[in-house]
This record gives sequence, structure tokens and C-alpha cells, in this order.
Amino acid sequence: MRTDLYQGHDYYLMDEWLTEEHKLIRDTARAWIKKEVSPIIEEAFEQGKFPKHLIKGLAEIGGFGPYIPEQYGGAGLDQISYGLLMQELERCDSGLRSTSSVQSSLVMYPIWKYGTEEQRMKYLPKLAAGEFVGCFGLTEPDHGSNPGGMITNFKDMGDHYLLNGAKMWISNAPFADIAVVWAKDETGRIHGLVVERGMEGFTTPTMTGKWSLRASDTGELIFDNVKVPKENLLPGRSGLGAPLSCLDSARYGIAWGAIGAALDCYDVALRYAKERQQFGRPIAAFQLQQKKLAEMITEITKAQLLTYRLGQLRNDGRATSAQISMAKRNNVDMAIHIAREARQILGGMGIINEYPIMRHMMNLESVITYEGTHDIHLLITGMDITGENAFS
Amino acid sequence: MKILVCISKAPDTTSRIAFTDNNTKFDENGVQYIVNPYDEWYALVKGIELKETLGGNVTTITVGGSDNEPIIRKALAIGADDAVRVDLETGDSFVVASQIAAYAKDQGFDLILCGKETINYNSSLVGGMVAEMLNMPYLSLATSLTMEGSTAVIEREVQGGVEVLEVTGPFVLSAAKGLAEQRIPNMRGIMAARTKPLNVIAAISVDQTAEIVSYTLPAPKGACKYVDADHPEELIRLLHEDAKVI
Repeated sequence: MRTDLYQGHDYYLMDEWLTEEHKLIRDTARAWIKKEVSPIIEEAFEQGKFPKHLIKGLAEIGGFGPYIPEQYGGAGLDQISYGLLMQELERCDSGLRSTSSVQSSLVMYPIWKYGTEEQRMKYLPKLAAGEFVGCFGLTEPDHGSNPGGMITNFKDMGDHYLLNGAKMWISNAPFADIAVVWAKDETGRIHGLVVERGMEGFTTPTMTGKWSLRASDTGELIFDNVKVPKENLLPGRSGLGAPLSCLDSARYGIAWGAIGAALDCYDVALRYAKERQQFGRPIAAFQLQQKKLAEMITEITKAQLLTYRLGQLRNDGRATSAQISMAKRNNVDMAIHIAREARQILGGMGIINEYPIMRHMMNLESVITYEGTHDIHLLITGMDITGENAFS
Repeated sequence: MKILVCISKAPDTTSRIAFTDNNTKFDENGVQYIVNPYDEWYALVKGIELKETLGGNVTTITVGGSDNEPIIRKALAIGADDAVRVDLETGDSFVVASQIAAYAKDQGFDLILCGKETINYNSSLVGGMVAEMLNMPYLSLATSLTMEGSTAVIEREVQGGVEVLEVTGPFVLSAAKGLAEQRIPNMRGIMAARTKPLNVIAAISVDQTAEIVSYTLPAPKGACKYVDADHPEELIRLLHEDAKVI
């Protein structure tokens, strides 16, 4: 892979809205990525393996639970900081960002919000330090967009719960130390349980054959009469709203992350277009290439403005799920289109792994599907503005 | 060890370079500043390494306005213990060195580190001037520094080899590439930097000794010429007749 020459693009001078600490956090993540990740990411993607040696570094730059309070090992940062970290990570690779956002928003967040103080102290500091890696089990083979239909369930056996069922498409599953699993009790109510690796009957087979997020490990969670101690139930909230609130946090991170992927594609395409000569001129001098580049930076700038505002609302605790859906949907779609246009600007070179564009494009096909598909998010906006439920 | 590290800002290497005021001032419009890499990657990190192995304290000093505080916070995030900013819009090297010397003279520093030069002005003057003003030895362009008891062993790259020097007592050292390995701040460091002391002190009155007459941009790079590998004589001819370098 070529030297990572990435530079951020800030057409509307939005850095002026960031604090010095925001910029330091972002620039630190960028420097770490250029030093530690960019040189190896293509190989990891090709081999289809998450580079586990990066976990310690990810923890050190604040990639695990940046907004979790300091008393639990987090950094106590605001939502803009979290967003900037996700942007920088996905600028490199969506799989890298996935590992970080699953740990932060889908594992640490529910333990912090819905766990007991003992559960927080037991798990959060280790997760923040990267000593533990977690995963999140909601999606099932037959229940993707309709998680409320899940069949994974647990029975109260007196001194423990007995967990049965299976989860699929779970990021980090193959090597996770713990899983936050959503399952129905005997009354059909959804609860979160912390399942630990090593519990009898709990296995995490790796899913192979992915053409996307290849630098992130994905697997299944299989529960065959797993005895889960009662103290591992997250008591703070039950019902589908509990896992959905975690998804709000993760989707918010994806909205920032997608901007990162788009920025990388734009940055590569812009530099290439200025250097690549055809007909005696750089191809950036031709109107059709300028149209692509100008539209890219316009769409990126719109997404940056939308997402920064969403971050302000998140900081104030006022962002609605529907607002987050709009940003996730808009930004991932924007990034996929930019990846495709950027690929064309690079011509044949666009399909070679010397450049990151095809990798981003393939990754984004997952990102547009997971954590609420493109279509489902549209229906969320539709329901929000009309009051009519078009899901079923 | 009580260590002082001189920290200066420099334009990000991707900045567009232009001048104003009849080519006598650098146009700061739209320029992003970073910590001067020789100060950050080598001088500061060496200071922190020495503190980590020998104990002590690392203070940074910066001469400049409040717009320098982001780079100072970064130095604190990397691991300096505290920072001093001399509140003065930067003057020439003599003025900057005078401010650093005025602060350092009563502080009892064992070692004063600076980068070998800033990447914008490349003067390489401040370290030597500070040493002279404080009547300390000055060791320039160091690529290695190890402490053996109270003796410092310094290596410098000289033409065709390495020069090894020893010095005892307080000294000033300018850092070249290789003195230390760049450190990226971590989140703990960034959080700790929030509360580390950054003391702003008043500048002493010193007159500039140099006046900028004008700056000129280098000539634009010429187009790249490709020479057929089967005809090396053409390359020789171009180097001899066009480039006039052989």
C-alpha cells in the first residue's frame, strides 16, 4: 500500500466549532492510524482477519468507551469527541471502526446505562483498557430488521438463568471475552445478559466468506443450555427499547464514521486527479472529473454539518432516534456514492488495493445494511413525520 | 533531572506558503500549526525518556501569544509535567533566546533541550544563543544522548562518521533526527494535560537584532523527464548540459 497521505477536508471551516481538545483527539487518532494501521490494513483485509494486536493501541487513543465516565475507565468525553474518533477510524477502515463502536456503544454503553454498580466495576475498566473485548447479540438468523421477533430465550432456574438460542452477524464474536446478549424471558420480555466466554454451552463460530468488513471478525453466538448467573442480568431496563437505545449510540457513531470513509475516497481521488495526466493535462482539469469532485465535497460538507448538529443534540440529550436514523442513512448512502465515483476517477487503478477505495466501497455495503438497513431508516423517518407505521 | 524543553510552533507541512507586507511577513491566513517536529519528536520525547528513567521533571517553554496554547497542550499530553509561555508575539531568534535565558537562569535546569531548528525558519540559532546567555556548554545536532552518572554522552553525526562527546554539568542540547522516537499522545495523556499547569509569564524587554528584508518562494519544481533505460547516455547528457550538475 502507498504511504497514507490523507489530509482532512473542511470546506466550511467547521474546525472552528471544535475545541482544541477535540482537534487533539482527532489528530492523535489520525497519527496513530497512519503509523500503526495504514501500513497493515490492506493485508488484514485480504487475509480476512481483524489485526488483534491493534486492540491495545485502540484503547490508548480512547477508542473504547470515550464517553464512559472516568470512574469506569472511560475518558468522560463528549459526543463530538466520540464522533471524531469514529470518523478517523472509519477513514482508515469500517471494520476497525466497527470493532471500536461495538465495544463502546453496544457493550460498554448498556453495561454503563443498565448495569448494576458491580457489573460496571467488573467489566467497564477492562473493556476501556482493551483487556476485554465485547460483542453484542441482538440479530438472529431469522430476525434482522425485526429483532422483536427473536427466539433466543432464558428460563429462571432459581439460582441461575438457562439461556438457549443463536445470534448471527455478530462483530467481534469470534474472539470476544464477553457478549451482551438480548433474550426473552418466560413472559416474552426482552432483557440483556452478560455472557462470558468459557460458560458451558456457549460457542462463537466464525462466519467466513464475507466480501465486506474483512478486517473485522464476524461470528455467531450459540447458546446451548448456557447457565448464566443471575447477577449477569442487566437490571436497569428491559423491552426492545433497551437494545435500540444502544443502537442509537452506535448509529450516531456510524454517521460520523461514514464521513470518514467518504473523506478518504475524496482525498485519494482529488490527489489522483491532480496528478494523473491525460491528453496533456491533469484529469482534474476536465469538467466531468470536476463535476464528480465538486459534488463529492458538497455532499461531504452537507453531511459534516448535519452530523455536527446531531452531535450537539446528543451532547444535550435531545437527539431523537429518528434524527439519528436520518444521519446514519444519509451519510452511509453519501459515502457509498462517493466511493463509486472516486473509483471511477482512478480508472483502472481504482480497483487495485494500492488505493483504499474498493475496500471502502465493499465495507460500506455492510455499513448500509447493519444497524438498521437503508430502507428501515427511511421508514423510521417516514413514521416520525407522518405518524403512520409502515413497517408491517 | 530538571529538564527544560523549548517548544515552538511551525506550519503544518501541507500549508500553502505565501507572504504579505511586501514579502516581509509570512501569511498566516488559513495556516494550521503543529509543534515543530524537531522539538516534539526528538527534544521533548528525549526529555520525557530521561525523566522516566532517572526521575525528575520536564517543563516546556514557548515564546509566543495565546495562539500557541494548543501546541503547548499537545506537549503536555505527550508527557511534559508543566509548561511556561512567555507572553510575546515572537521576535527574532535573539529575542526568543533572551526570553528563554531570562526564565531559565534562576531555575536550576540540568538540561535544556531544543530542536535543531524550526521547519519554517530553519535558523538553528536559539539553542546556541541560550547556551551562551546562560554560560553553558552547547551541543548541537545530537542524535543520541545517554547519561552515565553525572556525565552525558552525546553522539553527533558528522560528515562520514559519528562524533562522540562527553559533558558534565548543565548544558544545552539541540536535537536532530534519531535522538528519540516520536510518541503519539494517548487518551490518558490528553486527559491529564487538561489540568497540568501552564504558566504565562511576562516578557522581558529586548530589542530585535535582525530585520527581515524579504522572503522569496523557491522556483517551482520543473516537470519530470523520463529517460529510456536503454539510453543512459541521454541521462548523462541531460545532467551535464541541462541540469549542469555533473
